[in-house]
Amino acid sequence: MSKINELFNNKLNVINVGIESFKDDMLEQNAEVTHLDWTPPGRGNPSLIAALDKLENPAIMAKIEEANKLAVERIINSKPVLIGYDQAINCVPGMTKTTILHAGPPITWDKMNGPMKGAVTGAIVFEGLAKTIEEAEEVAASGAITFAPCHEHNCVGSMAGVTSASMFMHIVENKTYGNIAYTNLSEQLSKILRMGANDESVINRLIWMRDVFGPILRDAMKLNPNGIDLRLMLAQALHMGDECHNRNVAGTTLLIQALTPYILQTDYTIEQKREVFEFVASSDYFSGPTWMAMSKCALDAAHGIENSTVVTTMARNGVEFGIRVSGMAGNTWFTGPAQKVIGPMFAGYKPEDSGLDIGDSAITETYGIGGFAMAAAPAIVALVGGTVEEAIGFTTKMKEITTDENPNVTIPLLDFMGVPTGIDVRKVIQTGIMPIINTAIAHKDPGIGMIGAGITYPPVEAYEKALLALAENIQ
Amino acid sequence: MTVQAVIKPNTYFDSVSLMSLSTKANQIEGVEQAIIAMGTEMNKEVMKNVGLLTPEIEEAGTSDLIIVVKVASDELCENAFVGIDELLTKKKGPSKGKSEVKFSTISSAAENIPEANLAVIAVNGMYAAREARKALENDLNVMLFSDNVSVEDEIALKNLAHEKGLLMMGPDCGTAIIGNVALCFANAVRKGNIGIVGASGTGSQEVSVRIHEFGGGISQLIGTGGRDLKEEVGGIMMLDGIQALEDDEATKVIVLVSKPPAPSVEEKVLAKIKQCSKPVVVWFIGGDETKVTEAGGHFAKMSKEAAIKAVVLAGADESKLNKRALNIPLIEEVRTKLKPEQKYIRGLFSGGTLCDEAMHAAMEKFDNVYSNISRNPEYRLKDRNTSNEHTFIDFGDDEFTQGKPHPMIDPSTRIERFIQEAKDPSVGVIVMDFVLGFGAHEDPVGAMLPAMIEAKQNAEQEGRHLEIIGYVLGTELDRQNLDDQVNKLLAAGVTHASSSQNAGLLAREFVVKGE
Repeated sequence: MSKINELFNNKLNVINVGIESFKDDMLEQNAEVTHLDWTPPGRGNPSLIAALDKLENPAIMAKIEEANKLAVERIINSKPVLIGYDQAINCVPGMTKTTILHAGPPITWDKMNGPMKGAVTGAIVFEGLAKTIEEAEEVAASGAITFAPCHEHNCVGSMAGVTSASMFMHIVENKTYGNIAYTNLSEQLSKILRMGANDESVINRLIWMRDVFGPILRDAMKLNPNGIDLRLMLAQALHMGDECHNRNVAGTTLLIQALTPYILQTDYTIEQKREVFEFVASSDYFSGPTWMAMSKCALDAAHGIENSTVVTTMARNGVEFGIRVSGMAGNTWFTGPAQKVIGPMFAGYKPEDSGLDIGDSAITETYGIGGFAMAAAPAIVALVGGTVEEAIGFTTKMKEITTDENPNVTIPLLDFMGVPTGIDVRKVIQTGIMPIINTAIAHKDPGIGMIGAGITYPPVEAYEKALLALAENIQ
Repeated sequence: MTVQAVIKPNTYFDSVSLMSLSTKANQIEGVEQAIIAMGTEMNKEVMKNVGLLTPEIEEAGTSDLIIVVKVASDELCENAFVGIDELLTKKKGPSKGKSEVKFSTISSAAENIPEANLAVIAVNGMYAAREARKALENDLNVMLFSDNVSVEDEIALKNLAHEKGLLMMGPDCGTAIIGNVALCFANAVRKGNIGIVGASGTGSQEVSVRIHEFGGGISQLIGTGGRDLKEEVGGIMMLDGIQALEDDEATKVIVLVSKPPAPSVEEKVLAKIKQCSKPVVVWFIGGDETKVTEAGGHFAKMSKEAAIKAVVLAGADESKLNKRALNIPLIEEVRTKLKPEQKYIRGLFSGGTLCDEAMHAAMEKFDNVYSNISRNPEYRLKDRNTSNEHTFIDFGDDEFTQGKPHPMIDPSTRIERFIQEAKDPSVGVIVMDFVLGFGAHEDPVGAMLPAMIEAKQNAEQEGRHLEIIGYVLGTELDRQNLDDQVNKLLAAGVTHASSSQNAGLLAREFVVKGE
């Protein structure tokens, strides 16, 4: 029987695109109808539609599908394991005493926003390259400092992402593919360097982290021969109600629980160990950077696959939002203006105090957690001003722009659906749905710090540029 | 008994899912015992206790997935692993929770709704072909309502549909009834055994409504879009539509509706109906009777005639049909009321084929028939806003609908024109259609009513009779009340025509002189 005759003999089940009243008429006649949430592809821009058309040529599409399958397989099969902690100068590739890594795509000192400038000058003082913040500004502007994106040094950094030589780093090894990713230690929340604060209390905390916290973690992990399987721990944290970007309560508990036996065996004093536990308990953010390094470690394994349209990086420097795409190997950034973050703010601050979206933490959404796993974390829906139902909606909507679901990281509330994984540039442009990002808000001026948290989206321009480049590149 | 294990390295499933998977795995035929679990020490201990521990399991790590089965034979073992693999890879439907899942693309909707079998697409023409292609690629039949799609795109889409054995109705297809569900603009009609393939929307609506009136019913009404029978497109969808109805057990009679096809296409269509085992009624406006009859088809010159032939071929007793013959005394009466200078017909239509049918009726008696849709350039209106002698206007034509809704939804342009025509002392009769059904205006007669009443009064004051003919295209099942609509016309002193065919013939006969 031909498909037309099958249609005659089956109940009508219609996908309705465009005029919604047609849906109502069909429903009235007892047909099954699904009305699409449709918008013109590429915002109606003919060059983007032409690029989509080109990428949908059957021969090219087959190549892309194969490449994307491989990319997502590599993301899913990556097994990032925390193998240790050490100072950046000792482990981060290309690190020098005068290097300062920052979040997002490349940016020069003169273009940096308030929070990033605050963090950079604080780090210069912390590293002893200047005595005061004012002096640090001169040093920063003098050309004596080498600025580079964290991402271009196998690192990721929260918020300003500022990472200097003597800061302690997580070292996360991909046991499946061998690559390594690094990230800073959490300074916990609020008035901290990565949020742009840089007064004496901030520098003193960094010194304590360098002299006590970091070394204890380093020495503790030396006693753990197998490392800590972060993907397994991540899966558990999601089951316990974290989305592992803005909510890290469960993950922090799991991580410190795994570290504790080794911390106890180090030679530091009880007092110092107690300080460590108190510091970790002082906020829930201790594991936040850990998931970023885990995500980075998995995504780097999927970068540079010819013909792949899967996004491997989303990062912001506070001025520009940049993405990297697997099929465009190396450090090819596609950028657009950083957006506002919308969400609740600490008492006394107003939306106009906010700095624009900043940080490498959107690497978690790139992996498929954070905003993409909102349905796992109903406890923080208030943070994004919504209901549990909306949280579920965020997650299911992200399936529209991703390649697959990650069976290793699942969401109980959605019948153990895997997190949506492998953002596809083509799908973003086709649907107009932008990846949702959970993130913190830093004050726009240097020296103040965190003032809230909420959600934001990438600028569509970054994806449009990426699509055009891919269409040009893929033959 | 053999015990065999498969280790899937580095594959994580949560323990609850695995417990339920294990339960299902134990139900697979031939399985004595099966465990699916992560390679934790605890799980290995459990396997050891039930005698399922193998050396490779001992080697497995905490992030490795272990599948171990105890079965009677190697053959059953293979079967068990295949079954378990299916359990592991089985895609669940979309988790809806309480909220409705919103899909943004045809592809993702089709992927998540395997039962979906048709896409109705009504988006800007610039995007329409792309969406239709996606639908076809996802094995969906398509009704493409959008216009402004290039002929090249239409051909490509229809060829793709033809290859895949799918319907590609449109572009610019406004009418279809599939599985007794009216799509876009169509009327509520009885289900029956007459199938229609129509290249014209209101023409198909008219035939389906008349069939309903004569007691028949519709199996399927397939729209092809107006360009299907042009040379370039070659009737791809009409040919496939005929074949589908030929193959459809519920269809006994096939009716074809179109404006005149390109000669080469007409040849193909007639060759096709020659092969049909079912009777085929052909109403191609202005078509050639001999050719149709030679091909074994049943020729219909007008719409009502097509419907009558179809219901009779489908088994109705012709002698019992009320065919609604023309009211000859009424024609005589109107002729005497009209002054000698009231010579002309003005047809103001919302339905393109209804306009065409009335125009063709007039053309049989008059040479000076003008229209905005005339195929003869000599008789095409120079200015669409100015009538000339006998004039028939299709307000649904593109030049009237640029940036405006179709007149079946928004009657404003036609109302203005009506007022203008009614003032013209050379006009004897104004004929208009009022289309009911899904998609149409809620009260089309009501919208025109004040203008009609006023025009009649003004004419009377000027000492002339203005004859207005109204035809309501609809059935008693349509959501707008058919009787109400007709009664409104009658109360305003408008002559009600019982069909499109009669509307055209009455208009013509009212102004024919000296017979």
